[in-house]
Amino acid sequence: MDMVYPALMIATTGATMGKEVHMFFTFWGLSAVDKKKVGSLKVAPVGNPGMPMPNILGMIPGMTAMATRMMNGRMAKAKVPSVPEMFKMAKDLGVQLHACSTTMEVMGIPKETLIDEIDDVVGAATMLSLGEGGQIIFI
Amino acid sequence: MSAVSQHKVVDSRGSFCPGPITDLFKAYRSSQVGDVIELLATDPAAKADVTAWAQRSGNELLDTIDEQGYIRIIVKITKKRS
Repeated sequence: MDMVYPALMIATTGATMGKEVHMFFTFWGLSAVDKKKVGSLKVAPVGNPGMPMPNILGMIPGMTAMATRMMNGRMAKAKVPSVPEMFKMAKDLGVQLHACSTTMEVMGIPKETLIDEIDDVVGAATMLSLGEGGQIIFI
Repeated sequence: MSAVSQHKVVDSRGSFCPGPITDLFKAYRSSQVGDVIELLATDPAAKADVTAWAQRSGNELLDTIDEQGYIRIIVKITKKRS
């Protein structure tokens, strides 16, 4: 969740500024656009250097749920829309969403399990050519 | 183009980036050249963000007024893209 929010924020803002915006989801990033997971993405405290506590504590059962609950609460307080709402908004603003074909094959994810906002399934060459001449931000 | 220009107030108080910009943009989409949008915001980034947005989209930042605990940002729509 803490990975997909920055991407969605930059994408929606870019679209309001008249930029053509494409989002390309690969590897673990693809779970952000999985219908079943999009509404319940987590914040993982293990291996996350931004957590305000010793990292090893992240391994205690329940810590992921707690970190996620805290982040959700703070996001709601700042009136930041939920991840599924952000995807709807992004689409409405003209952002185009692409899923990585290799990831789908490797992880056994059919297109039907992805959220309806996904435009197509493409490869790296398509993404690089779409990004040519523009800025590519890797999150 | 309609002869009467409108003055819209968009209240984004309590909402943070990208809230104010997306709220402004929604109002912008339903506006016409000549309309004025007044954005109310508590996000400290709103002033700089709206300035950047106006510059980039070719619209005019008329004024920013500091109120008690929030800011009023007045934008005139001078350019519409389809």
